[in-house]
Amino acid sequence: MSEPILKIDKISLAFGGVKALTDVSFEVPRGSVFSIIGPNGAGKTSMLNCISGRYKPNSGSITFNNQNVTHLRPNDRADLGMGRTFQNLALFGHMSVLDNIMVGRHHLLKNNWISGPLYWASKAQKEELEHRRYVEEVIDFLEISHIRKSVAGTLSYGLRKRVELARAMALNPQLILLDEPMAGMNLEEKEDMARYILDLNEEFGITVVMIEHDMGVVMDISHQVMVLDFGKKLIAGLPDEVMANEHVKRAYLGVEDDAELEEVS
Amino acid sequence: MNFELLIQLLVNGLIVGLLYGVIAMCFVLVYKSTQIVNFAQGEFLLVGAWVCWAFLVYMELPFFVGFLLTLAFMAAFGVLLQMIVLRPMIGEPIISVIMITIGLSIFFQALMKWIFGVDPQSYPQVFDTQSVQIMGLNVEVAYLMSTAIALFIMAAFYFFFKHSKHGLAMRATAFDQQVAQSLGISVKHVFAMSWGIAATVSATAGVVIGLVNGVSDSLSIMGIKVFPAVILGGLDSIVGAIVGGITIGILENLAEFFDSQYFHVGNMYDIAPFYVLLIILWFKPYGLFGTQDIERI
Repeated sequence: MSEPILKIDKISLAFGGVKALTDVSFEVPRGSVFSIIGPNGAGKTSMLNCISGRYKPNSGSITFNNQNVTHLRPNDRADLGMGRTFQNLALFGHMSVLDNIMVGRHHLLKNNWISGPLYWASKAQKEELEHRRYVEEVIDFLEISHIRKSVAGTLSYGLRKRVELARAMALNPQLILLDEPMAGMNLEEKEDMARYILDLNEEFGITVVMIEHDMGVVMDISHQVMVLDFGKKLIAGLPDEVMANEHVKRAYLGVEDDAELEEVS
Repeated sequence: MNFELLIQLLVNGLIVGLLYGVIAMCFVLVYKSTQIVNFAQGEFLLVGAWVCWAFLVYMELPFFVGFLLTLAFMAAFGVLLQMIVLRPMIGEPIISVIMITIGLSIFFQALMKWIFGVDPQSYPQVFDTQSVQIMGLNVEVAYLMSTAIALFIMAAFYFFFKHSKHGLAMRATAFDQQVAQSLGISVKHVFAMSWGIAATVSATAGVVIGLVNGVSDSLSIMGIKVFPAVILGGLDSIVGAIVGGITIGILENLAEFFDSQYFHVGNMYDIAPFYVLLIILWFKPYGLFGTQDIERI
């Protein structure tokens, strides 16, 4: 495997006396699907927020594409090719689906406050059309073309999750961070979402780091799995290795009920 | 009934209402992108009008040169104000920031009095004729210019929000700053830009009103006067601001008309808009065009 796209080195994060993360280090190989699992409050979302720049870790460093991004602002990281979705839906509820996705395209737009208003006369129109083309590609890919004009806030939960993914993809990211992309979905929606994640990984070549609770899905589509517990890294490795680990069973899956364990794996 | 007076007042109302609309738009722009209710809005007009007056009287520049210089000055003024005073407040409770805008309002009123004195001043003659006859109505030339400028600004706002990168970024930031950041939008730039635009556009309105009424402290009252317009339109709607502005402008003049003809209460001009505001808010608490939260359960 080539150079890792993301390198996390000894990240610690504390909110006052509460240690959310302690000395967590890991590497995400380029082109992989990397899952972070762990019980509630284990620090998964905190980890994701450190990567995306919403939280600043107290110590440690984050290297993205061989560039130290530890002190960059979230928007600068997005410019470098890091997209994300949020655990609770975070669409721009009053905008259309298309506008939502165009915001993701924002950092690539060149027109400014002078040429923008002179829409017809300047190149802004032509430029917008070009971006539309990529956006349409993403829309086709996620099969949301029938709702492109709908107001985002009126859509069903599953569709909104998909629009959010489309918006993150519109950034043209090399790395995408997904915070529980399948939470609250029914089986069919989960299967669809799993397929989209695999396809965006394989077809678009986007590296995926995701947090997910559904162990079936995690084991199916991940190349690597990391387990966090109480802000510490328990283990990272291939899905099967992780599942076989005694600590993981105790911390996360529960060992009392062996039959159930068989079922989920 | 005196129809001639009625129509004259309605036209005045429309013209002044368009100006209210422009000022209200600035208000909404700042509120939408930063969630700050800007009580120093009226002072933007005041500062802009005085600065322009200084360019014209002290430096004896031709009107349009002075006017453009004023716009440039106010753009920098708005951006610097945001950077120096308001940026350190990002992340603090919004109410503290609103208190700061009240402080700014008092500060700039006092500063202008200190620099330019307390007496109202009028601009040098800009147009050859003060007013023209249009279909039997007296219309001040400055008002004609103000209507043209107001319409231009509104169109520019529309295209800015609809079709420019920064307009899109502002809309996104208005909805959710954190998400906007994750999509590569610099929230700091968006904030600075919205203050810059608000200051510049408000100054335009300040100069136009100054041309007609002279420059004085009363310009800053405009900031309070557009408040009913803003609330009426629904605080976060640009279209609402325009409609609210025109409504208030016309209402004021209608109230003036009926009062002078029939009731003779006095001061209706100032009070009527607030009555209407009260009544509308009873029935539409989000204002006429404000966003009601869409919630899907």
